[in-house]
Amino acid sequence: MERRVVITGMGWVTPLGHDLDSVWRRMLAGESGAGPTKLFDATAFPTSFSAQVKDFELADFLGDSAAAHDGASRNSRFALAACAMAWCDAALPACTALDPTRVGVYLGGGEGPLDFQPFAAAALAGCRNEQGETSPLNTVRWAETALQRLTAVNELEQDPNMAGSHIAVHFNAQGPNINTLTACAASTQAIGEAMRLIRYGDAEVMIAGGTHSMIHPLGVTGFNRLTALSTRNDTCLTASRPFDRSRDGFVLGEGSGILILEEVEHARRRGARALAEVVGFGSTADAFRITDIHEEGRGAIAAMKAALDSAGMTPAQIGYVSAHGTGTEENDKIETLAIRRVFGDFAKSVPISSVKSMIGHLIAAAGAVELITCVLAIRDGVVPPTINYNLPDPNCDLDYVPNQARRQPVRAALSNSFGFGGQNDTLVVRAVL
Amino acid sequence: MAAKRRVVITGLGVATPIGIGMDSFWEGLLQQRCGIRRVEAFDPSGLPCQVAGELPPFQLGDFIPKSYRKSVKVMSRDITLAVVCAYHAVVDAGLNTKCIVERGEAPGPPSVDSTRFGANIGAGLVCADLNELAGALTTAADEQGRFDLRRWGAEGMNNLTPLWLLKFLPNMLACHVTIVHDAQAPSNTITCSEASSHLAIGEAFRTIARGDADVCICGGAESKINPMAMTRPALWGRLNTRDNEAPQRASRPFAADRSGMVPSEGGGLVILEALDHARTRKARIYAEVAGFGAGSNAVSWSSPDPKGRWLTLALQKALADAGSTTEQIDLIAAFGAATPEHDSAEITAWNGLLGSRLHQVSALTTRGALGHNGAGSGAIDFAATVMALYRNTIPPSLNTSNPDPASRFRFVQGDPQDAPVRQALSLGYALAGGQSAALLIKKFGE
Repeated sequence: MERRVVITGMGWVTPLGHDLDSVWRRMLAGESGAGPTKLFDATAFPTSFSAQVKDFELADFLGDSAAAHDGASRNSRFALAACAMAWCDAALPACTALDPTRVGVYLGGGEGPLDFQPFAAAALAGCRNEQGETSPLNTVRWAETALQRLTAVNELEQDPNMAGSHIAVHFNAQGPNINTLTACAASTQAIGEAMRLIRYGDAEVMIAGGTHSMIHPLGVTGFNRLTALSTRNDTCLTASRPFDRSRDGFVLGEGSGILILEEVEHARRRGARALAEVVGFGSTADAFRITDIHEEGRGAIAAMKAALDSAGMTPAQIGYVSAHGTGTEENDKIETLAIRRVFGDFAKSVPISSVKSMIGHLIAAAGAVELITCVLAIRDGVVPPTINYNLPDPNCDLDYVPNQARRQPVRAALSNSFGFGGQNDTLVVRAVL
Repeated sequence: MAAKRRVVITGLGVATPIGIGMDSFWEGLLQQRCGIRRVEAFDPSGLPCQVAGELPPFQLGDFIPKSYRKSVKVMSRDITLAVVCAYHAVVDAGLNTKCIVERGEAPGPPSVDSTRFGANIGAGLVCADLNELAGALTTAADEQGRFDLRRWGAEGMNNLTPLWLLKFLPNMLACHVTIVHDAQAPSNTITCSEASSHLAIGEAFRTIARGDADVCICGGAESKINPMAMTRPALWGRLNTRDNEAPQRASRPFAADRSGMVPSEGGGLVILEALDHARTRKARIYAEVAGFGAGSNAVSWSSPDPKGRWLTLALQKALADAGSTTEQIDLIAAFGAATPEHDSAEITAWNGLLGSRLHQVSALTTRGALGHNGAGSGAIDFAATVMALYRNTIPPSLNTSNPDPASRFRFVQGDPQDAPVRQALSLGYALAGGQSAALLIKKFGE
């Protein structure tokens, strides 16, 4: 008998807040978390807005223990907070029978933000000769400033495995500890792989999800150079327009989503409440181009099919699709095409939405936050909307739940995440039978 | 649940400072070549550590189809290393992938089903090309010569190529490799520093065992040879800064006078394959992957647990997964970071696992010859271990002749030693953060 995996706790830190139910209510009300970027002076950037996490203090979640994580990056802090929420939600603090060697961590954690001011200062110092003129980089002069200004902890915290390391220490998780960074697909992949680890027997409990903030000068630079971001600086609340004909790119968000995955018998023995079951996972590579998605959605189709196959389910059984839905021209068109191919006759009737319209794109953390919305949709029988949807696009002709949340029972949901370079991951969750 | 499928190793591809390709690397190990010398890629004289393991020169065009040459401009050094390793791995395995066919080295069509061909590749924090980025940042200096974010946002950033970000996303190693060789099955990028390769190989092992792929290319690659990557660990005091005049002896794993790690570049990608698939195509089988285990340091996020518990746990889990006992282990591949505190923790872990049996078990560490490249080191160690087991030959471990008094490892000094190896354990762990992983490799018997 294959081991089954259920979700017993969830937590998130998002641009709409840091509490499970209040954020969910704001999503159902169609609110936007976007605003002018305040983390750095972005006023002259092509994109000067983002969906930032606001009023966040780690001590609100960890109390005095927060001090043990001094120097932790924004990524690590978000993850610790979201995990504390999920851990409590799963009633794990009261569990005395937990074997720490059977508790693991699998995150899609992003790289920590570059320590930008010292980095830029060293770069400029390195590119100036003795006469003060601009010159090609001299690594000796660079090193002089770099060694003086960069700090050990800020450099260490850029390693993508650090958020998971902080979590292991705070929650005494001694089992497998893994970080994946398949770009925008990372936390969907992390949850899928964590489910596999429990099924195989490598762990009983996995802390799974993602955390990321790319709202820093080089993060925004990278996406602006790729022309991937919306540049609607004057109307940022309505800038994120997945599937709308006037979409002009995604809105950069930040945050973390963490889920507690647990072997079903382990959860039952300790009397834990199971919120949903993780039943399907598919991971594929487009193996096509670095810069473009495969024109016919080859990898996306294969990932959705693999997820449904591994769940032993058919498209007719899916009551909600949480789309990757970034709001870029290419993604939304090809994702629509791929859903149409996989769902066939049911493509027109299944509700599809992108919460990125409200919270922006959390990059490595996006999939985890979106999977949480799938579980809440199942729990409450309501589907979150795609806001800012006004102009239908002939290439995007499915039901995107425009602008208004919709009450309807959801027994199972499918969540897509697609990463730069053609990495595709899909999860299927369903109500606990 | 369906019975687990057996998984075997059929190809080894490495890029190391002492040799590119398995033949050259293995010969280098047997001949006690050391790959550490003064850095030539840039002027290191401002840095505390000025020695490192750089690769011998190579032409990237020798490893990709002609049609892919235009993509070279979006490849960072780390991506390049992965692409080189991938070519060597598939050639060594006799897999005629899309790349091999398009290069005209085998008749088409490709001999591997791309929908059953996966990739699990470990990657590091890919460093920006400092020449390129610093040059661009300079264009946003104000009149006083200070960096100005508004000038950068308005104009300066346009000095970076539009695809700039794509060079540095860690998953681009896997993306380029899967494109070049057409691997469309489950694909993942593990970013857990030095534990990445072992975790990636372990995940590929599980993927094939449960039937989600028939063939996986897995391992890792990274380059620490750039000013940023050679500065970061220096700030932590973990780099060897005392042996700039004696590079050949700078990396001294488990030595009484070890004084820090030595940076390096390189990687390893190996081909894992379902046994039935390997048999059907009559592939050469090096060995069988029989066990995987992983753990985490839950004591500190910045320093090793001195008791080494997170390492012992990974090793014990790998043994249990394989259904093996320590009595069956004839070879261990230790990591050997060569920092005082990491090696102490690792010594404690192996002592705890094997006790007095350590005296009968051959040991191997490649750190003395290669230094340490981060995400790719584990796969190089894995490849060396597989070859030692396949050939029943234990290569010497450089710079291990003056061991820490607590160390009971039986490293080979001088000439390689012939010794039958039934089973071997290989260990990898992240030096910062707490990830650990171990793999158990068995001699292949029918």
